[in-house]
Amino acid sequence: MWSYEKRLQFPVNIKEPNAKLAQAIISQYGGPDGEMGASMRYLSQRYSIPYREVAGVLTDIGTEELAHLEMVASIVHQLTRNLSMEEIEKSGFANYYVDHTVGVWPQAAGGVPFNACEFQVKGDPITDLMEDMAAEQKARATYDNILRLVKDPDVCEPIKFLRMREVVHFQRFGEALRMVQDRLDSRNFYAFNPAFDKCESCDDKPDCGCDK
Amino acid sequence: MGDREQLLRDIGIADFVLTELVLYLDTHPHDCKAMEYFNHYNRIKLQMEKEFSQKYYPLNTRYAESGKEWRWGAAPLPWEGACA
Repeated sequence: MWSYEKRLQFPVNIKEPNAKLAQAIISQYGGPDGEMGASMRYLSQRYSIPYREVAGVLTDIGTEELAHLEMVASIVHQLTRNLSMEEIEKSGFANYYVDHTVGVWPQAAGGVPFNACEFQVKGDPITDLMEDMAAEQKARATYDNILRLVKDPDVCEPIKFLRMREVVHFQRFGEALRMVQDRLDSRNFYAFNPAFDKCESCDDKPDCGCDK
Repeated sequence: MGDREQLLRDIGIADFVLTELVLYLDTHPHDCKAMEYFNHYNRIKLQMEKEFSQKYYPLNTRYAESGKEWRWGAAPLPWEGACA
């Protein structure tokens, strides 16, 4: 379960609205490498992980991604706050505005709605953790792309924070992957899916020491 | 920056240290030094949150106890900005 804290993980205080920028940044809310996909990916993958410590990494990073989702939403909200009709028309925001006014809805920068196909739950710990590491790099690259578009320091600072967290999460997922591999046969990591297969000696004695 | 903003910022700083330590300890559970840091910052953060809730508004319903009225709903929302 979760418990809500009424504050952002990193302060977001944007004074100048910028609808054009909001349309780019919204991709990190509901786009292919955004925070909605990130949080749902890790929080969904953890059920089939047979190792408590590794499921713990997925829970804690997935939880932090929810805080990032709220930060991105706050950035989009503040960038579209107090927009005039003229600004909406001039900045190309009219297409979004017609469906959502200035509400925050999960979509990619190109307008594609959020979709669970943005992520996978393979039910195979090596596969899932490899996807997680790639996902962190894709999100990091997206934040790098956003930073090239941003001039306003009020927007820059929280985006830089979010970018930095992707790098840390990549590191932790790498360690989690090592924790999985340490429990498998190094001669062939793929011979056995610890989330599904049973080791032969498990049948005779449940505490055979295979960590399953 | 006012006292409220300063305290909220300090809570955010302590919380960030804790977030980092949680993820680090998840993959390095035997690092005693990191565990000590966690204990230290966790105490500081809990104390600051309690102080903030008493002086201003509850940051979590666990601090929403009140002699008079329900203060949780009227508290500023995080996305309002201006370090609410």
